[in-house]
Amino acid sequence: MENKKQIKPILEICNVSKDFSGVYALRNIDMQIFPGMVTAVIGENGAGKSTLMKIISGVHQQYKGNVWLKGEATSFKNPKEAAEKGVVIIHQELNLIPHLSITENLFLGNEITGKSGLLDYAQMHKKAKELLTRLHLNINSRTAINQLRVGQQQMVEIARALLFDSKVLIMDEPTSAISDQEVELLFKIINDLKTRGVAVVYISHKLNELFEIADRYEVLRDGQKVGSGLMMDTNHDQLVKMMVGRDLASVLNKDQHCDGDELLRLENLCLQNPENKRDYLVDGVNFSLHKGEVLGVCGLMGAGRTELLEAIFGLHPKYVSGKIFIENKPIKISNVNDAIKAGLALVPEDRKLQGLIMNMDVEKNTSLACLNKVSRYNFISRKKEKALSRSYINSLNTKVPSPNIEVNKLSGGNQQKVVIAKWLATNPKILLLDEPTRGIDVGAKIEIYKLINDLAKQGMGIVVVSSELPEILAVSDNILVLSESKLTGEFSRSEASEEILMHAALIEKE
Amino acid sequence: MANIKDIKRNLAKFQSVIALLIMCIVLSFLSDRFLTGENAWNVMRQISVNVVISVGMTLVILTGGIDLSVGSILALAGAVTAGMLKFGAEFTDINLYVGFTLVGALVGGTLVGTFLGWFNGLTITRFKVPPFVATLAMLTIARGLTMLWTGGFPITGLGDSMAFIGTGWFLGIPMPVWISAVVVLAAVVLTKKTKLGRHIYAIGGNETASLLSGLKIKRVKMIVYSIAGALSAIGGIIVTSRLDSAQPNAGMGFELDSIAAVVIGGTSLSGGKGTIMGTVQGALIIGILNNGLVLLNVSPFWQQVIKGFVILLAVIVEKMNSKEK
Repeated sequence: MENKKQIKPILEICNVSKDFSGVYALRNIDMQIFPGMVTAVIGENGAGKSTLMKIISGVHQQYKGNVWLKGEATSFKNPKEAAEKGVVIIHQELNLIPHLSITENLFLGNEITGKSGLLDYAQMHKKAKELLTRLHLNINSRTAINQLRVGQQQMVEIARALLFDSKVLIMDEPTSAISDQEVELLFKIINDLKTRGVAVVYISHKLNELFEIADRYEVLRDGQKVGSGLMMDTNHDQLVKMMVGRDLASVLNKDQHCDGDELLRLENLCLQNPENKRDYLVDGVNFSLHKGEVLGVCGLMGAGRTELLEAIFGLHPKYVSGKIFIENKPIKISNVNDAIKAGLALVPEDRKLQGLIMNMDVEKNTSLACLNKVSRYNFISRKKEKALSRSYINSLNTKVPSPNIEVNKLSGGNQQKVVIAKWLATNPKILLLDEPTRGIDVGAKIEIYKLINDLAKQGMGIVVVSSELPEILAVSDNILVLSESKLTGEFSRSEASEEILMHAALIEKE
Repeated sequence: MANIKDIKRNLAKFQSVIALLIMCIVLSFLSDRFLTGENAWNVMRQISVNVVISVGMTLVILTGGIDLSVGSILALAGAVTAGMLKFGAEFTDINLYVGFTLVGALVGGTLVGTFLGWFNGLTITRFKVPPFVATLAMLTIARGLTMLWTGGFPITGLGDSMAFIGTGWFLGIPMPVWISAVVVLAAVVLTKKTKLGRHIYAIGGNETASLLSGLKIKRVKMIVYSIAGALSAIGGIIVTSRLDSAQPNAGMGFELDSIAAVVIGGTSLSGGKGTIMGTVQGALIIGILNNGLVLLNVSPFWQQVIKGFVILLAVIVEKMNSKEK
């Protein structure tokens, strides 16, 4: 802490708050970023890291509070302006154009032109080559991006950031897609940047990595800052505790019930990565789910949680291996219809893109997966359809002005209830819920927890995938933890805690 | 306040009906030949082919696709029907000649259209060719096949019973109007009352969500493109019958009139939203506009310019209305 005082922060964040239509993503954040240092920003999914980075780098312009750059109050109009002032972000998802060459991507939006106004390729290639050499990348700058491995693409992203004379370089999960060798190279580059006085902001879930590369840390939880300091003064366990440590949703009176018959059993379920045959998105997962049991599945982003549900539900039949048993009978699921017939239902992660037909009304969305039930000889009975949707509006307490209102006019919580209604209408034995409460308000959250509890009591088997650990702990009877496509932990409700789950979720290969 | 809003919403709902009424009133003042029974049937008969084709186009566009091949399929189906009727099929090797009755020829032409539509569906679903490209290719293929079939010359002299389909009257109403009315009615029932219809809207509204709900997306698309092909063929039969001749270059540019009718009728090109009756109104607007401009002796060159602006206007008004909501 002492030597910090001698260096002036290059970037200061003072009392910054940000809300998305009333829901706070960040609350009164103070943070200082120092030149020549790597600051790690740590937090669970949804803690507000990305939102904060987007504010610093000019993606979000509407927020409360101040950002000071080199002692001057700044508010960037767009990411380009931020970059010109020296604040550059390397996003987690790659922002490269696949068919263009490395050079063209590097200079996209900042092309060098000659006197004639035409592109000066010679100059651009020369500069690109210099950059690539600096990054120890031995690739021709005329190579198209889609010819590169993902790790190399990540390096090109970094090169693009270096093209600007950046004072503050933000890296959002830079190592999520690159090999160990490339990580080593990346760290070399970061150290090089440090000696040049660049302030690096480094976001990562991989705590081991942070102890290797970061100098300072800032921890966010639920949009608030909960701690900061020097990496050398802390340890793995302390950081995990800061990231989680809270006791939300203990309000729920959960019934214990998992002594029913077995409903679903997976034996060595694998899902190959369609884009890379050697890679597995789900790697040898075994579990069984019983009548009345709620099985929570947690893990970090990219651990294979959603992919596990998709594999069970028959969305990638060509790439799935292993066995699925339903009520002790082996079953082959090669498409969604097989899954529905087998008694499965999947409430997907993104209700707008995957769950609902946004411009259809509540009634038609509710009946979509079970139109056979309300039709005769292919003709739909509007009367039966109306009755069906009405019964679920009542039982789920969905707030709609009319069953004929388009779902895009409903709040997130009510939209989610419509998706759940659609799947309950298929009379499933097993309900797979992927992030069932993402982006909905607390009231609706509690209602959904209670619904999960009630459905389990009626004998349904439920799998809940969530990135919110308190949620997993509140609703589950048993909990599975995934990390890097593999099952790394299996706990009963009584033995699990957020710390234990987080530790299991952070287990890395080798 | 609520009342004004309600009125506004209702106005928006009936905007194409209102546009139609205004057009009719204005035209009846400008031309004393417009508001006559004879002219009314004239307009109806003229638009019947476009209505039939546009019903298929509406279904395709509702799924989020497009069909550029309707005009060429129309020509080929018309030519096949005419050829079968007039020449039959001759197999010189085995010394066999097969003649066709009118019904046989009609079924033959319709099957050819259905098959080409099915083929469109196949390339789109099985080989993932974008609908625009797949049907653009079919536009050329079917036109080429028409030239091959006809040798580039019209097939004429098809007989009275064939001519009845395009020029006859039944119960005081022209035959083409009967045909288009039956097609429209069937399509309204299909879209409003059946599972297939619901699936069409769902797939156009959100294909991913439809897939996750267990809908058979490929099958639905195959059926829809097949229907579009079949309806183009029916359009081809009407055209051939009316002219008493199958022209190798029949139906050129029909895809544009058809898309215009669908769009003016309020169907969204991105799919999932629109109605058959909207399309019928769109076809009526185009038909009356064409008719009126001819009656007013507007030069054909100006007619095209005006038609283009009407399409723009219709879509802009539609966009503004949906924004207000």
